[in-house]
Amino acid sequence: MTEPIVNDLTIQAATVNGSGSQTANLVLTRAIFHMGIPVAPKNVFPSNIEGLPTWYQLRITPEGHMARSDKVDILVAYNVATWREDLTTVRQGGVVIHEEAFSTADGRSDVTYYGVPFAKLAKSKIQSDTLRKQLANMIYVGVVAGVLGIPWEALEHGVRRQFLSKPKAVQVNLDAIKVGFDYWQDNFSKQDPYRLEPMTGVVEGKVLVEGNQAAALGALMGGVTVVAWYPITPSSSLCEYLIAYAERFRADPQNGVKRISVVQAEDELAAVGMAIGAGWAGARAMTSTSGPGISLMAEFSGLAYYAEVPVVIFDIQRIGPSTGLPTRTSQADLGFVYTLSHGDTKHMVLLPGTVEECYELARDAFDYADRFQTPVFVLSDLDLGMNLWMTPEFKYPEKSFDRGKVLTKDDLEKLAGEWARYRDVDGDGVTYRTLPGTDHPAAGYFTRGSGHDEMARYTEGADAYARNMDRLARKLETARHSLPAPIADENGASVGLIAFGSTHAAVVEARETLSAQGKSVDYMRVRALPLSDQVARFVSRHERVYVVEQNRDGQLYDLIRLALPPELVDRLRSIRHYNGQPIPAAAITEPLMQQEAVPA
Amino acid sequence: MSATLNHVGLPRDAYKGAATTLCAGCGHNSITNHMVKALYELGVEPHLLAKMSGIGCSSKTPAYFVETAHGFNGVHGRMPALTTGAHLANRQLIMLGVSGDGDTASIGLGQFMHMIRRNVDCTYIIEDNGTYGLTKGQFSATADLGSMQKKGAVNTFQPIDPCAVALALGCSFVARSFSGDGKQVVPLIKAAIAHRGTAILDIISPCVTFNDHDGSTKSYSWVKDHEESIADVSFIPFFEEVHVDYEPGTVRDVRLHDGSHIMLKKLGQDHDPTDRQAAIRVIEEARAEGHLVTGLLYVNTDMADFASTEHIPNRPLKDFGEEDLRLTRDDFARFMSEFA
Repeated sequence: MTEPIVNDLTIQAATVNGSGSQTANLVLTRAIFHMGIPVAPKNVFPSNIEGLPTWYQLRITPEGHMARSDKVDILVAYNVATWREDLTTVRQGGVVIHEEAFSTADGRSDVTYYGVPFAKLAKSKIQSDTLRKQLANMIYVGVVAGVLGIPWEALEHGVRRQFLSKPKAVQVNLDAIKVGFDYWQDNFSKQDPYRLEPMTGVVEGKVLVEGNQAAALGALMGGVTVVAWYPITPSSSLCEYLIAYAERFRADPQNGVKRISVVQAEDELAAVGMAIGAGWAGARAMTSTSGPGISLMAEFSGLAYYAEVPVVIFDIQRIGPSTGLPTRTSQADLGFVYTLSHGDTKHMVLLPGTVEECYELARDAFDYADRFQTPVFVLSDLDLGMNLWMTPEFKYPEKSFDRGKVLTKDDLEKLAGEWARYRDVDGDGVTYRTLPGTDHPAAGYFTRGSGHDEMARYTEGADAYARNMDRLARKLETARHSLPAPIADENGASVGLIAFGSTHAAVVEARETLSAQGKSVDYMRVRALPLSDQVARFVSRHERVYVVEQNRDGQLYDLIRLALPPELVDRLRSIRHYNGQPIPAAAITEPLMQQEAVPA
Repeated sequence: MSATLNHVGLPRDAYKGAATTLCAGCGHNSITNHMVKALYELGVEPHLLAKMSGIGCSSKTPAYFVETAHGFNGVHGRMPALTTGAHLANRQLIMLGVSGDGDTASIGLGQFMHMIRRNVDCTYIIEDNGTYGLTKGQFSATADLGSMQKKGAVNTFQPIDPCAVALALGCSFVARSFSGDGKQVVPLIKAAIAHRGTAILDIISPCVTFNDHDGSTKSYSWVKDHEESIADVSFIPFFEEVHVDYEPGTVRDVRLHDGSHIMLKKLGQDHDPTDRQAAIRVIEEARAEGHLVTGLLYVNTDMADFASTEHIPNRPLKDFGEEDLRLTRDDFARFMSEFA
């Protein structure tokens, strides 16, 4: 046997959608994480309820790399439909744990096979007819545990954690895992180099959280009270988590009264409309959607921009155009969302790059929306939103809510009623508003999406229109300096990388790989639009800057080019990944090294 | 002589708005006047009123009454969504939506229906003239089959009757009236505001510029000749005593949530406004006979409204602060540890 490979491997489980395989995958993930070993799971699932192939990739590295790997070390082949194709994905010397009935004749000879009669075991060893299909997947967890040496205690923890709210399910699942575990012990001897050993030092203080869970918690901590949404993958789970968390943390146990309203609207137009109505009336309000929903929200987004109504809109991006690949990830809504709606509309966009930022920026988005009285978009994606990520525990907020410039009855009395809804008193483009229900005769004004003057009166006047549009531009300039600044990590390299959102994980790993090859690169991660001035300064400090993103057209690359002085434009390069799979580090290192090898 | 004050101490002038920019003689202007009268007599506090609208001639009118109240002129056909959201944020507000037949029966039909489905507590007035005025006279979806445009084009489609749609959906308050019939419109507006739930009030409101000609079924003369009121409506607000000086058996009395009463005096056949099937029948029969039936068609005071089914507090959600909305430090720490 070759040199052991410890805690550095990628497991890929190929199963059938709707069979309960995701539960088995999560139990395995939690068990390994419990051993102190960093895990990075990626679920590649179909737009389907039951029957289509689905894959779960569990990457394990001692360093804690979070990006997708493009190499499979251990294949768990449960799905005959994809068996032949799955077999080709395994790296040389890898392991194939497969249903015994799948033929390995004419298969690869450079891998280790462990054929297990999963179907027969399920039939003979699992007593419950109703649960057999679900529990059958657990058998593979036991086999993998046997192959890799996962201790029983870790498996117990994984099951208990997975069934936190269903303790009754713990024992039957453990029994099913035991079936696989025992089968391995009784029938195989170890033929491959892969093993897992308990670790310390990396996962302590860390938790496993999905981005949509983090965003839901962030919204709750940000004080959201009105949520209107329409189901769409990969955004739905954000609102579903919110519903569950609200039930737990916002309901009065005495009478069931809830300090939040979550409305499933009839479509995305109504969803964003309700959120805007609530924002206008003074509540912290939000909606969450994905590409097709964002398209429908264009009209209302323009109204909220022009009438200056606070609202938070989450876009958990998936692949487009149109329906696209509903269960695959993408960063291709950036340009569209930035100017969503007709006629010189421009928005504030927050770009979380980690699950911790999904929490923090979701929370702070409500402050920004109130402070700037405008829609604030939070752009996450399927990879960030629906996969589990290892993250430090989130911090409790120390800041109070910033409700922005809202005049109360007392304020109006002090001003003797002298105020104008759209007059720029402070010079920052942000004006004062009143909320409906304010008991003062000067409080009321008429909000409209048609042309208006400082007093909110209808006007088609050329000067009044231009003056208002200039002020809105000024407001965006104020925001440019207030929104989350880019995060830079520079060591004086001549080459820089710029990225945003979930691409971060692959960039972190790519930099380590490049560094090991003697090619150190600097990094700036953009966290908001409009772009900070720091981006141009970062470019000015580097000879070449690669903008890495997960869309076809280089949307961030384009935005940065537009923001740069002409003499810096030539320094920019573009690296794009857009096949729907989360970007692996190799998709950055390979094109970068290729381009660096050619003299500019 | 000083002006007469209503029961909250305001003169009628406090309910006026900006000067109208609609055509002279427009039915909508009459409705605006009825609105001023109804709101003044009801004693609605202007700061608690939220005037909501979509896009079109009708949707401009909230600027023409109660100038000191908040108003929101949103996007075409989407008044119900804005109204629903604003209501959830602050259920103390009196939500008053003004829409048109294009805004409601075409682009906004979906939102109209879903607002009814949820029974959002609001008054929804449709200023219904069967035509698109601002874009110069195209048919709307409420135009009757066979009715004509000013230049002679004939409508070849079945009309969508907002009242029939509302009844089919189980709307908790459905009424129809005519802008020229202030005696009926004013009490119906008051009753709609007093009602807790979605109150649909379809008011035929002639467009003098594009749809007031001989081939129209939404003209002043057609409506005057064909209107059939099912009952005389009067409204007694909760702050006034009920005096019944009608003959026994001639009046139906409907008590609303806030203690107000709608008194309906029989005219011709006896219509029971709590019988939804009867209301549908009345509309169908009138249509078959070529009449326009007006009055309170249906009211159901038992149906729970949206804020109640949502279990939100009476205190406006907008008023809650971080102490009410954030997890406590202990809850937060415990919750985070569950992700380990």
